[in-house]
Amino acid sequence: MRQRSNGFLAIWAMRIIFYLLVSSVGIIVLDILWKGLPSISLSFLLDSPRRSGAEGGIFPAIVGTVYLVTGAIAAALPLGIASAVYLSEYAKQGLFTRGVRFAIITLAGVPSVVFGLFGLGLFVIFLGFGASVLAGSLTLACMILPTIIVASEEALQAVPRELREASLALGATRWQTIWRSVLPYSVSGIMTGSILGIGRAAGETAPILLTAAAFFLPNLPESPFDQVMALPYHLYILATQHPEAAKVRGMQYGTALVLLVLVLGINMAAILLRGRFRKKYRW
Amino acid sequence: MVETGERTSDAKIVVEHLDFHYGSVQALFDVSVEMAPRKVTAFIGPSGCGKSTFLRTLNRMNDIIPGTRVQGRVLIDGHDIYSNGTDVVALRRSVGMVFQKSNPFPKSIFENVVYGPRIHGEKNSARLREIAEQSLQRAGLWAEVKDRLDQNALSLSGGQQQRLCIARALAVGPEILLMDEPASALDPRSTARIEDLIGELREDYTIVIVTHNMQQAARVSDFTAFFYEGHLVEFGETQQIFTMPKKKQTEDYITGRFG
Amino acid sequence: MDKESSGKQDTFPSSDIETNRFVAQEIVMPRPRTKWTERCVEVTLVVAASTSIILVGLIFLFLFREAAPFVQHPGLSSLMGDRWIPVSFQKEQFGIYPLVTGSILVTAIATVVAVPFGVIGAVYLSEVARPAETETLKPFIELLAGIPSVVIGFFGLVVLAPFVKAAFGLETGLNAFTGGLLLGLMAIPTIMSVSEDALRSVPASYKQASLALGGNQIQTIWRITVPAALPGIVAAVMLGMGRVIGETMAVMMVTGNAAQTTFKPFESVRTMTATIAAEMGEVPFGSDHYRALFWVGIILLVATFLLNIVAQRVLKRYSVRQ
Repeated sequence: MRQRSNGFLAIWAMRIIFYLLVSSVGIIVLDILWKGLPSISLSFLLDSPRRSGAEGGIFPAIVGTVYLVTGAIAAALPLGIASAVYLSEYAKQGLFTRGVRFAIITLAGVPSVVFGLFGLGLFVIFLGFGASVLAGSLTLACMILPTIIVASEEALQAVPRELREASLALGATRWQTIWRSVLPYSVSGIMTGSILGIGRAAGETAPILLTAAAFFLPNLPESPFDQVMALPYHLYILATQHPEAAKVRGMQYGTALVLLVLVLGINMAAILLRGRFRKKYRW
Repeated sequence: MVETGERTSDAKIVVEHLDFHYGSVQALFDVSVEMAPRKVTAFIGPSGCGKSTFLRTLNRMNDIIPGTRVQGRVLIDGHDIYSNGTDVVALRRSVGMVFQKSNPFPKSIFENVVYGPRIHGEKNSARLREIAEQSLQRAGLWAEVKDRLDQNALSLSGGQQQRLCIARALAVGPEILLMDEPASALDPRSTARIEDLIGELREDYTIVIVTHNMQQAARVSDFTAFFYEGHLVEFGETQQIFTMPKKKQTEDYITGRFG
Repeated sequence: MDKESSGKQDTFPSSDIETNRFVAQEIVMPRPRTKWTERCVEVTLVVAASTSIILVGLIFLFLFREAAPFVQHPGLSSLMGDRWIPVSFQKEQFGIYPLVTGSILVTAIATVVAVPFGVIGAVYLSEVARPAETETLKPFIELLAGIPSVVIGFFGLVVLAPFVKAAFGLETGLNAFTGGLLLGLMAIPTIMSVSEDALRSVPASYKQASLALGGNQIQTIWRITVPAALPGIVAAVMLGMGRVIGETMAVMMVTGNAAQTTFKPFESVRTMTATIAAEMGEVPFGSDHYRALFWVGIILLVATFLLNIVAQRVLKRYSVRQ
């Protein structure tokens, strides 16, 4: 039975490799959690930074991230859903449809820093928005658009064909059918996709580096044309360019923890929601 | 070549030389037939013979499948529904359809029934309730659901769901009802109820029913058409088709030699 | 009796109504939704869908718009050099070789790290692990995919780099190797999930045939299943590499940011992405440096674009074969 023992060893080798991987993820998360928790306090979350971030809190960065993400979703969601409805319900086989799908795949593969360059070129410079919440949000919107389109189209396709047929046979037009018999039942999938998009937008640094973010702003942004602080950028600067980088480790870890919890929390919300809605509609 | 039975005057539906293609595959070959008003016409034939396809040409439901092509004429009340001026939405209001597998919306029973009137613009809620009650009564379902109109339609049994779909189709006020194997997914008792229902509805509606169950066709229909591989082989009064078929193919099918 | 709706005349003539279709009689259908609304909706949706295409075009357009003047002066040939010294009292140099090799080196290391873990992990999940195991452990991988790159970079900076420095007795832990490790980690979820899909879609009949001939599980996996899924796995690796090349923050924080042309893993390097992100903030608008950075961006875009196309092609051909 020499073969069997070889197989046995190999399986255990694979198992070890896999668990090694899993543990490294655990190590990272635990490290951030362990070293970041001491920094977390109400004042950390609600105060503004002092002494260029060495003391105080990260409230403006949290607010800034929220603004940026809200703006991104506000722009990307309608556009994304509309594109998905087109692809799922109206598209015919042809050059245009193929082009749209190719464009989506291309967009999904563009590096985040190139989005930053694009945002700089188009929103900040050409359209004259300047480094601002507006430019940052729009750049992020471009980045998450493919995610939303793909998730929404999947959600629409998941609605059984029979419902559309029943509606059409009753004399409904195509749009009436979509509005009343398809879209309502694809909401959960669309939401899941949007939430995942939100998670991505919240965690990205490079796109906002060039289009929106600043490190130390005395006031919260008052208009969409103001610059804004943001959690990922704040962490980056604290960790790499702060003159007292080694001393402010606590602040860094605290910021990292807040960002991590935010993004992972958002992702988990998406997964939970998906599970909840799946049970609601047994076709 | 088509053998027509007695030609009824004022035929409700007249089909002339209908050819149908799914892309490059031809599914219907030169079908010509007439269907009389307020009678039940049944299409029978082995699976894949084109009877469902043919049924769907009568309310242009095949339009939603890409790549399909229709040649020939389908006249309903003298108007060719494939001509350029036809309003497909209005057509489907007048020609209702019930599907093989019942497909109620995941909404309440009430919302299912009034879906049609709502999309056609009816907003008055008293009217809608009236329509719902009348349609459900016509479909023989009112007594069973009148106390739970707000319940989800999917909680009904298979037979009830199918009757709900019939009520839903009736609610838009069609003149013609197309039924694609309406009872094939149901148990014998529910099937019998549906067949009784067809008998009642026949007084007010022109019914065209596709079925693979010959006994059902014999029980329920006034006229029968036998399809085979996309061709209409024989058409005539049900009595005549089942007792004295004129074509050997028909006879073979009816006596169970194939299909 | 008159059910003719006001306004629009149906082209569909109604037949005699004296039959007691009392249902229809009671309904006076108001004017149905006109064709105009449908048209409007369709046009809006087409416009929405075309924004994707427009966006891609705009990205290329605006990148080239800002980069173009560089062609005149100082000229594209100045990009071909192995010194990237964009700020200098003497002559500025915009040779991109160090940046390109930096990206390539880090990507190579990352691939070497990610492929074994990613593929073996995928094999383990799809062929060996029990369902309970998969359910409990797969979330960890999805977790990894969700961690923002700046957080991973931070961890690399603060924990991994000192560790590497100590473990290998180096002057600094901020080098290509550390960067490659981190990026490899980040690429693993992508490689794993696409490979897993490929493995799961290998027809069960193949595996059954092997087992019926007396092969054990391991032999079946490595002689039959994995080779059958190979195109999908290759595509997975390419997609992973695409992700790695485009990664910015983690790389910026741990590779040392020294623009030198080298293939030694323990040297500090600078990738294309880090260059753009790090220098764009302080560059004078419209300067040669500014435009050179846009050229770096273009090269990045084209490289990832090509990688993705090839990967998609491979994936498509693979699924067709199935």
